[in-house]
Amino acid sequence: MASSQPPHAHGQAMKMPGAAPPQNFASGMGPPSSRPPMQQPGPPPPGGYNPNYQPGMNPPMGYNQGPPPTANGAHPGKPSGYGGPTGNNPRTQDGYPTGPPPPQMGGAYGQRPPGSSTMPNSNQAGPHPMSRGAPPSDFSTHPALNSPYSKPGGPPPMHGMGNPPSSLPLQNQYSGSQQVNSFPRQSGPPTRTNVAGPPQGSASGMPLPGPSPSGPGTYGRQPLQGATPGSMDSPSTPDMPGIDRNLNSSGEGLQVPKYPSMIRSPSTGSLGSLPMPKFNLQSSSPTADLANYSPGDSGPPSARSSAAPSPVPSQRYDALEGGTPYSPNYHQGPPTPGGSQLPVSPLANPQRVGTPSGGHPLAGPPMGGPPMGGPPMGGTPMGGTPRSGTPTSGPPTSGAQMGAPPMGAPPMGAPPMGAPPTSAPPMSGPPMGGQPATGPPVSSGISGRRQYPQQGYMSQPQPGQYQQPPAPAVQGGMAKMGQPQQGMGKSMPQMGGMPQPNGGQARMAVNNVMQQPGGQPSMNSLNASMNNLRVQQAETRPINLLQERHIVEPMPVEPPKSRLNPEYSKLQVDPDIFRCTLNALPQTQTLLQKSRLPLGLIIHPFRDLSHLPVIQSSVIVRCRSCRTYINPFVTIIEQRRWKCNLCYRINELPEEFTYDPVTKSYGSPERRPEVKSATIEFIAPSEYMLRPPQPAVYLFVIDVSFSAVESGYLSIACQHLLDCLDRMPGDARTLIGFITFDSTLHFYNLQEGMTRPQMLVVSDIDDIFLPCPNDLLVNVHENKELIQELLNQIPSMFSGNKNTQTALGPALQAALKLMSPTGGRVTVFQSGLPSLGQGALKSREDPNQRASSKSVANLGPAVDFYKKLSLDFSAQQIACDIFLFSSQYTDVATLAGVAKYSGGSVYYYPGFHSTQNLVEVERFSNDLRRYLTRKIGFEAVMRVRCTKGLSIHTFHGNFFVRSTDLLSLPNINPDAGFAMQVSIEESLHDSPVASLQAALLYTSSKGERRIRVHTMCLPVTNQLTEIMAGADQQGIVALLTRMAVDKSLTSTMSDARDALVNVSVDSLSCYKGTLPSGQTVGTLMCPKSLRMLPLYTLAALKNNAFRLGTSTRLDERVYSMEMFKCQPLQYIILKLHPNLYPVHNMSDEGAILVNDQSIPQPPLIGLSSEYINRNGAYLMDCGDAMYLFVNREVSIAFCLEILDTPNFRSIPEGMTELPELANPASERLRTFIMWLLDKRAFAAPLQIIREDSKKRVLFLRNLVQDRTESSMSYFEFLQHLQKEIK
Amino acid sequence: MAFTFVAFCYLLAMLLAAVLIFFAIFHIIAFDELKTDYKNPIDQCNSLNPLVLPEYIVHIFYNVLFLAALQFGTLVFNIPLIAYHIYRYANRPVMSSPGLYDPTTIMNADVLSRCMREGWIKLAFYLISFFYYLYSMIYVLVSST
Repeated sequence: MASSQPPHAHGQAMKMPGAAPPQNFASGMGPPSSRPPMQQPGPPPPGGYNPNYQPGMNPPMGYNQGPPPTANGAHPGKPSGYGGPTGNNPRTQDGYPTGPPPPQMGGAYGQRPPGSSTMPNSNQAGPHPMSRGAPPSDFSTHPALNSPYSKPGGPPPMHGMGNPPSSLPLQNQYSGSQQVNSFPRQSGPPTRTNVAGPPQGSASGMPLPGPSPSGPGTYGRQPLQGATPGSMDSPSTPDMPGIDRNLNSSGEGLQVPKYPSMIRSPSTGSLGSLPMPKFNLQSSSPTADLANYSPGDSGPPSARSSAAPSPVPSQRYDALEGGTPYSPNYHQGPPTPGGSQLPVSPLANPQRVGTPSGGHPLAGPPMGGPPMGGPPMGGTPMGGTPRSGTPTSGPPTSGAQMGAPPMGAPPMGAPPMGAPPTSAPPMSGPPMGGQPATGPPVSSGISGRRQYPQQGYMSQPQPGQYQQPPAPAVQGGMAKMGQPQQGMGKSMPQMGGMPQPNGGQARMAVNNVMQQPGGQPSMNSLNASMNNLRVQQAETRPINLLQERHIVEPMPVEPPKSRLNPEYSKLQVDPDIFRCTLNALPQTQTLLQKSRLPLGLIIHPFRDLSHLPVIQSSVIVRCRSCRTYINPFVTIIEQRRWKCNLCYRINELPEEFTYDPVTKSYGSPERRPEVKSATIEFIAPSEYMLRPPQPAVYLFVIDVSFSAVESGYLSIACQHLLDCLDRMPGDARTLIGFITFDSTLHFYNLQEGMTRPQMLVVSDIDDIFLPCPNDLLVNVHENKELIQELLNQIPSMFSGNKNTQTALGPALQAALKLMSPTGGRVTVFQSGLPSLGQGALKSREDPNQRASSKSVANLGPAVDFYKKLSLDFSAQQIACDIFLFSSQYTDVATLAGVAKYSGGSVYYYPGFHSTQNLVEVERFSNDLRRYLTRKIGFEAVMRVRCTKGLSIHTFHGNFFVRSTDLLSLPNINPDAGFAMQVSIEESLHDSPVASLQAALLYTSSKGERRIRVHTMCLPVTNQLTEIMAGADQQGIVALLTRMAVDKSLTSTMSDARDALVNVSVDSLSCYKGTLPSGQTVGTLMCPKSLRMLPLYTLAALKNNAFRLGTSTRLDERVYSMEMFKCQPLQYIILKLHPNLYPVHNMSDEGAILVNDQSIPQPPLIGLSSEYINRNGAYLMDCGDAMYLFVNREVSIAFCLEILDTPNFRSIPEGMTELPELANPASERLRTFIMWLLDKRAFAAPLQIIREDSKKRVLFLRNLVQDRTESSMSYFEFLQHLQKEIK
Repeated sequence: MAFTFVAFCYLLAMLLAAVLIFFAIFHIIAFDELKTDYKNPIDQCNSLNPLVLPEYIVHIFYNVLFLAALQFGTLVFNIPLIAYHIYRYANRPVMSSPGLYDPTTIMNADVLSRCMREGWIKLAFYLISFFYYLYSMIYVLVSST
């Protein structure tokens, strides 16, 4: 049936390739009108890019030039420039701030003795200077006053009142087990502490909830906001909107900050003496990276600062990340050319780069000029034809000209290069159908084009190539190096080089070469270049999908190789962390639209890394204009300046930057880890904080209603909590609290000194208040016995609970109140629909509509209560994670809202039952263990910056978008993935590369403020074929599914499905246009880089999330959609297209060694029953589940050796683990499975499925290449595509 | 030169159109502030949402007057916008308070640019209406003598 439906929609789309097809995702592929056509009257878009920037303004290369372009075109909206007088022109800066002296406001908390967990006066340290920027409009500052949501129904914002002592008798100390039985429901009021209704005490009573006083029985309402005595609040919310504006927009303009003076390292004041920067480089696993942390600097201040639980001015964190001004104090003064006793390293020879002022031609390695460019390989001169003339593929000349001189090993240069070009397959020939009119002409003449695969990623010259100096280690090479280079430079203009718009490129390349450690034998690079050639040829070879039967290759799909020059690609960020859907960026939006591919980023920013350089340095080098962190792709100019690769501003390098932490000596800045690693973590100094880093605070909100007890999750969850109590990330200040709820809320007083946990019941769920707010969150180390006792008791306390109502909404409101002062993480366990109080939900699913083939209703939330709550959470730096258990409809669509905008995560266990559904139990147990012990970052913000011309368009993931490029993430966890759609707003022809930087500022669980920075550098091209060849099919499909989720929410499911198909149709038809027409008759041509796209698309159409016509429960569908939105790429791909391995005859062939253990690597096979042998056994890895499918005629040996059963028939139904047998076959399979599951973020319990079992549908439905009643087979789908493309 | 009910309608509509012009300008400025990061999306949505219904009501109100005054030409001129308003409000995100704008989606470039465009188009529409009503009022006044 599906075959009849889509064609109509597509037909339309195809007829008008120019116009946006009706169901396209609006952004990447839509018409340019997705941006308003009119000029914005207001200030330019933020992000530090100057829209007025013109290429001509780019300073050629000298630092002698006038103020850099960004300074010229300073944002009209931010007249204040950056940082006062010192900011406007870096050259006039004499190293000493002429701006106002750093305010000594209250001192930094850094000074305070660390570890004083309840130091009351910590609040009086006053706000951090940064906090002066709070505008009155700051929604987070006063949640009750500013946030519209928090008002209704809540208690008045101010209540400093306490219950009169008369409420004392109400409380009940329950003890041990003997009371446990009498404790629950049936025992009635006497045994419970009922605190019904708001306390009637007077406001006068309650002193500040200081660390102390609440003895048993004093229920003080916590003064939630405002009006906290002491100096805390008032100064932190001054009305200085102007400042905050600047902060928010990009952080410049902030005059305030200045360092708290004590942080200034003593030596920074004196130019003469060398500063000894406090600088620790730790290259270690992230968990161990605290070794060198010196708490004295930014010591973790008081834990809860309970005396003045001022709401966190969360919004201003973005200002920190984005906006901390470059503190002038840290300028080590002018670059003092002659100056300083800096040991100048031999590498530092400035003359190497030529003196720009001399107008030396070197400056001009011509951008658009002669097509020298190309070969990504540094010295290997296989570039394009130097001039248009050369009929064949240029190398000879270029080889002669540039290959030899600079390289240490010239002779190699030419010969090998000659060969490959000619071997270009003919079809790769005439590349693009239509070249965009814009952009520099690449290479003239057909000959130039024919070899495009060899030209590497760029047809623009790649200046670096002919400057390949010997590696820095080579002594004495420097002098020589200068010569040839300059020679080259001189010769360039004669060769017709165009004036280069981008002067820095040459240096960039040089510098990057420079920083390569140790001599790099040129032979290697040659080999590399050869390989690169072959790879490129292979990648550009068109594939006829209709004939390619076995589309799934035995090896996993790799992300495409970067076509950057080798210096850069060595430094490129790990594609698992940060990748772009197109590995060669189109130069213009027109070209992007022509390619019909979505442009976007897939980020997994907090991924667990085994190796992460961590830097603690008193100065974090950032661009003064756009606040970019220094990264490997910047141009370092004569060791004194660096040119930002995002906005092209030239910045000063602080002197400390030449200090090499590894050798503990001063030298070339290129040795710094910041410019050697694309992923790096800084330990941020105190100006990146608005308040002392918060402690880790965990609150568990546990459903104890009848269904929760009945499903049995309660005891499992409590057991795991108990087990993981010690392993939860945190430091000595870690706080923990518990709330349980059914139709009432139960709080637990765990204050130190009590003998038993004390339960406080609040039955007034319409007007939530907190009984004894100071004692509900307690230090996990000091009160461990009580906590353990409580966790032991909860399951039995509620074991007889017959209350079926759940008041989730009020429980969450209570959690908000409890956590507001600190922020932290709320973990909610909920079974069933919330049925009481605010946020009560009704079932919306009509089971008869589950198999509807038209559309799906109720994908969106039913009420906005949870969304608003989520925003309130977010404003208080609280993240809410929710675990849902139910066999009934739970309305995931609505409940997920509470996690969605607060940076939380959603877990859903359909049909959970502790005895009847062991698979879900195992999944839950593993997930929960991982969840409790994984790393966590608090009060985080993430900002993604792009090279001028690019802009972020739409965000996907769980967070709140606070401004155009800033994501507010109350918590960040290692399993959260994000995606962003990117649009090209201005042509990118300024530079052959473009960079993107994601910076994540967070507070680690140890109370450190840290910044994790990932930088990606991508080549820019104006060739359609290169864009196609650089397409990252997995990235594309990961982005597409997210766009399709959005589409199905805003439009309909069938629109979303059509849009998915249209991407394949459009991109393949675009590709077809680039091929000679003779080749395309009766075929479905596809570049190798996109060969899996149709299959992935088909798999998406058959996935739970997007399928129509098959019975799918609404909750499972919505959950799948949620997962597509927020999971990292690898899991999305596994969910769409599981990996299938034949495991009946595993061998050690091709095994890899991991930790001295040999891991067999069975080949991947296609997801079709075509590949399933009757005598085989197959392991399917679906990301969140793993199936071992045993076919009927499997060998007896397999049963015996692996399953420990005599034959196929005796394999038990519902087997979920492999017996541990001591034979090679069993060990091989078990190690393989272990290896697959190792470090996986989401549990994937194994199920062993017999071919004749009822469960086989679990396995068979994942065979996406096969035909089903309601969906096409892969081949039919291809035919369908082919028809559409015509 | 009698001051008829029709003339009164046009006079009132003209004044109200002037008010609506201010509404539209306010919207445009607000979205522009969002675009330039000056404002928090939550605040901005909170300030915009209460204005949405009044705008619709004002617009519908003077069209009802036109209906009463049997000014069908003018009514036809306005019907597309009324229809759009109804459509827009019927398809608003799930919200418990009146309004259209959801702080969680407003920052998507698509949504933002759509809102901007909507603001500009409405501004143009109200401006044209303003002069049209002015003209019509004078015309009615003059022709009724």
